[in-house]
Amino acid sequence: MSNDLRNPLARARGLGSAKEGAGHWMLQRITAVALVFLTLWFVITVLGLMHADYATARGTIAQPWNAVLLIALIVTMFRHAVLGLQVVIEDYVHTRWLEMTALVLIKFIAVLAALAGVLAVLRIALGS
Amino acid sequence: MAQTGRPLSPHLQVYKWQVQMVSSILHRATGIVLAAGSLLIVWGIAALAAGQDAFATFSACATSALGTIVMIGWTLAFFYHLCNGIRHLLQDAGKGYAIESFVRNSWAAIVIAIVLTVAVWAYVLLGARA
Repeated sequence: MSNDLRNPLARARGLGSAKEGAGHWMLQRITAVALVFLTLWFVITVLGLMHADYATARGTIAQPWNAVLLIALIVTMFRHAVLGLQVVIEDYVHTRWLEMTALVLIKFIAVLAALAGVLAVLRIALGS
Repeated sequence: MAQTGRPLSPHLQVYKWQVQMVSSILHRATGIVLAAGSLLIVWGIAALAAGQDAFATFSACATSALGTIVMIGWTLAFFYHLCNGIRHLLQDAGKGYAIESFVRNSWAAIVIAIVLTVAVWAYVLLGARA
């Protein structure tokens, strides 16, 4: 679609397939590196809260650094998930309208879930 | 897909079974599992924000028999995707491509994921009893 809005030279200068594969590839890896650290922090934090009561769990997430890291985790996780699911759908769904529908659907779901997650962390951190 | 009549590649049924195939397929499969699981993480955080009752409901689901099985599978999927993801990042840097080490680090990702999963759940289940 957007390809048609660029002239052939502009597309060729983008190198590769003149689509956006390189940016997709790079972002997939950058989010992956971030997630190595964020997910390990998350697992350790959750294990630490395993036997905590509600107030302790909420108090821990309300700590500014924990809240920041959790929001970073939520955003990065859904970005990475959409990039990955997108490739799986593009590889295996060969009916064009089904492919497009699935691609749009995963983005809608990911954005809504990420926003809901971020709002929840903010409510905990700001105590409302 | 266009029906060209040409043979398709890869032609899975004539391939000899290799661990590299499994590690690649598992990476996608666990990625899909984790994408679904990320919605459960949001559920947990939203329940924590909503209040004590909502969080008690979430906790009850998470610690039920079905919830525990799901979480053990999720842990395994997570550690596998983590280990194999790090392996892929190293490959992107041009490391570990010789066939021998490729096979070896495929197995390493699988074995380390299982070891980490067992370690975490030993900690969780033994800690619960203590």
